[in-house]
Amino acid sequence: MRTVSFTLNGKPTRVTVDEKRMLLWVLRDDLGLTGTKFGCGQAICGACTVLVNNDAVRSCATTVGDVEGKQVLTIEGLARDGRLHAMQEAFVKHAAFQCGYCTPGMILGAYAFLLKNPKATRAEIIGQMDQHLCRCGAHVRVVQAVETAAAAMKGGAR
Amino acid sequence: MNRDDDLIIPAEQDNELVVDGPIAFPVDRRDFLKLTTTGLLVFFAIRPANALEEPEAAQGGRQGYPSDFNAYLHIGTDGRVTCLVGKVELGQGPMTTLGQMLAEDLDVAVASVDVVMGDTDLCPYDGGTFGSQSVRVFGPVLRQAAAEARAVLVQLAAERLQVPAERLSVKAGVVSDTADAKKSVTYAQLTEGRRIERHLETKPPVKSPKSFSVIGTPVARRDALEKVTGRAKYAGDIVPPGGALHARILRPPAHGATMTQVDTSAAEKIAGVQVIRDGDMIAVLHPHRDEADKALALVKAQFARNDPPVDDKTVFDYLLKNAPAGRTAAEGGSLADGERLVSEVIDHRYEDSYVAHAPIETHSAVAAVENGKVTIWAGTQTPFPLKNQVMQALRLPADKVRVITPYVGGGFGGKSASRQGVEAARLAMLTGKPVRVVWSREEEFFYDAFRAAAVIKIRSGVDASKKIALWDYTVYWAGERGAAHFYNIANHRTVSVGGGFGGGASPHPFATGAWRAPGNNTNAFARESQIDIMAAKAGVDPVEFRRNNLVDARMLRVLETAAKKFGWTPKAAPSGRGVGVACSIDAGTYVCLMAEVAVDKATGHVQVKRVACAQEMGVVVNPEGAMQQIEGCITMGLGYTLSEEVHFKGGEVLERNFDTYELPRFSWVPRIEAVIVDAPDIAAAGGGEPAIVPVGAVVANAIFDAVGARMYRMAMTPERIKAALGKT
Repeated sequence: MRTVSFTLNGKPTRVTVDEKRMLLWVLRDDLGLTGTKFGCGQAICGACTVLVNNDAVRSCATTVGDVEGKQVLTIEGLARDGRLHAMQEAFVKHAAFQCGYCTPGMILGAYAFLLKNPKATRAEIIGQMDQHLCRCGAHVRVVQAVETAAAAMKGGAR
Repeated sequence: MNRDDDLIIPAEQDNELVVDGPIAFPVDRRDFLKLTTTGLLVFFAIRPANALEEPEAAQGGRQGYPSDFNAYLHIGTDGRVTCLVGKVELGQGPMTTLGQMLAEDLDVAVASVDVVMGDTDLCPYDGGTFGSQSVRVFGPVLRQAAAEARAVLVQLAAERLQVPAERLSVKAGVVSDTADAKKSVTYAQLTEGRRIERHLETKPPVKSPKSFSVIGTPVARRDALEKVTGRAKYAGDIVPPGGALHARILRPPAHGATMTQVDTSAAEKIAGVQVIRDGDMIAVLHPHRDEADKALALVKAQFARNDPPVDDKTVFDYLLKNAPAGRTAAEGGSLADGERLVSEVIDHRYEDSYVAHAPIETHSAVAAVENGKVTIWAGTQTPFPLKNQVMQALRLPADKVRVITPYVGGGFGGKSASRQGVEAARLAMLTGKPVRVVWSREEEFFYDAFRAAAVIKIRSGVDASKKIALWDYTVYWAGERGAAHFYNIANHRTVSVGGGFGGGASPHPFATGAWRAPGNNTNAFARESQIDIMAAKAGVDPVEFRRNNLVDARMLRVLETAAKKFGWTPKAAPSGRGVGVACSIDAGTYVCLMAEVAVDKATGHVQVKRVACAQEMGVVVNPEGAMQQIEGCITMGLGYTLSEEVHFKGGEVLERNFDTYELPRFSWVPRIEAVIVDAPDIAAAGGGEPAIVPVGAVVANAIFDAVGARMYRMAMTPERIKAALGKT
């Protein structure tokens, strides 16, 4: 057990835990942030994606010790001051989900990608999103939403 | 849907589905229960028209829908209307569509309706959410309830306003005098939050399609905001007061194995771990999931295996060997006459593999016991049947069990079985603490009720005029849904051998069950492939061949519409273009798909480049939602078509995760162009399943057109494509 300090959704956070525990379960069980989902437990499906220092990581395969001193962003922290992020707005606009279970991971994965690749082409977006699984078949709309969000972010949206 | 204005997140307490701590419910719960438990309740049974499409057990005893409209709706003092339905939201959008249907016949604004789903204490009984039934089977019941409530409210308004009822009109929950606009009263003023005690002698009619103002208009999904913010709660997210223990349960290595020895002493040494042994169930519990995982890994157990002599390579012969007597599902004319008429009897055998449901949310449930009453939050398609299962397993009366269904992270038929809900309830009773059961991906594959592996044999042929004159069709183990053909064939017989899924004796080494449009995907693959083979042998374009052999006007209409959308130009296959066509009927809905594929001969890789879909589904309640379902069906269908297949050895399921079991990915998805054919005079048919049905067939036919290789087995993996290319 040790105390791990990091910034979670903009707020300083300290947890005293076994540092080898996975970030996914510390977020869900200890910190009550259930927007980050368990899907496969082996970093394949992408449902547990969060941002660590603006990189998309799989929280089911990232230990809480690994985020010491870092910035962690979960789906709960993406909207700010009561307003959705452009990526969330685009997912609503295009109805880019059905059951919604993979959606937080999709949104965060796409957001992290656009932060680094603001001029991403449609083909590059598809290549990136290939790392996320959706069973309902919302793929067509997810790509549309990410393109819409990319345009909005280029236009100055956060 | 295309709202461009900024979206503002409402305050947390406005969110009716936040279930941390006490259940937030949009009406005062005490009042509500008082209102719904007094007064006259008359029940009448409605047997779904297509009850045969689902196993008996899933129908949950056919208790039927209540006839009292108060069971489905409640008008609050603030004018908000609570719509209560036993259906659940799996992602297909009934939360939105059913809200529209209620708003239409009650004459209230869609935005004033809150929808509460799948709560056995609050909602009217329902057998389960499956079979594309929410709109087409339950929808009319809900609309009838709304129409009756509206008629009673108009009567009450007539008395209140001292105006004849014929002079009154209703808009957005306000009843007004058409002769004197000053005279009006709201539904809320009429009911004052109370149950409506008055009922009508005769049921008033529901609105005709001509007077629809809500049905048929695209409405944005109700669940959007919660799902993009992470606030949408699924069963595994529920935190009862005091928190819940994660339970991990020891599983056998194979179906049919029995435990002979177990040692839990090492697991018990982990701080905070509780070990439960109850009959054949060994469970380890801990507040943290990862600690429970660690403890489970320390449980040492031995099992005696009892594997049937079959694996994924021998399964088709095994299924044929173990086939019981067949049942004739449809027949006409004489097969002997047909054989005399045809120039050649074309005889083929088609095979389809076991396929998993693989929702991204694994089976999850949380159970808590308070004052002897157990509440189970479950990711389930069948909350009411689950309640019955828990009552039986724990020997509890009906009023001591409540199932609440939050959002469900995908079902596709796989969550009609809710074993995890019973497990959570059992462990909550045994420990006296709230318990959380979230299956691992490995457990999800192990306990899934797979789409059954199946074999179909067809003997058919055409006469001198290139009309199909013989059709002798036998399906083994896929079931009858979609087995009977819809072509104009004089001499035909359809025989079904062995059940499709669920119930009765079966040779399958594990559970099989309904998988999105159960049976029909397999049947359509065989039928539409065989039709194409006959067209190719006759040297006729496959669309023209179908046109010549169809008389069903609805099917001809979707065929022509798809051809137009796709830009089909006639040419006999194989043309080298890589285009294909396939048709199907499911849940009352007609579908024609046309596809274009590219086949890499060196690798066997197939890329589906575009798909055109024409779908006729009667009245369309939410065109936007219907389009989402068409896209979803075509995308999901690529999996069973190209990659998905459960490998197994005896009772051991070899798929453990998505590394070997490949779901369709973004880069696989074709350009999808869909048209919904206008048919306002036909009752609303199913929307959640039909478009997935012909996906396997249309891709198989397009592959043949591209490279001349005919595929007789799904999934059409690169290895199988290469093998088929070797034979051409």
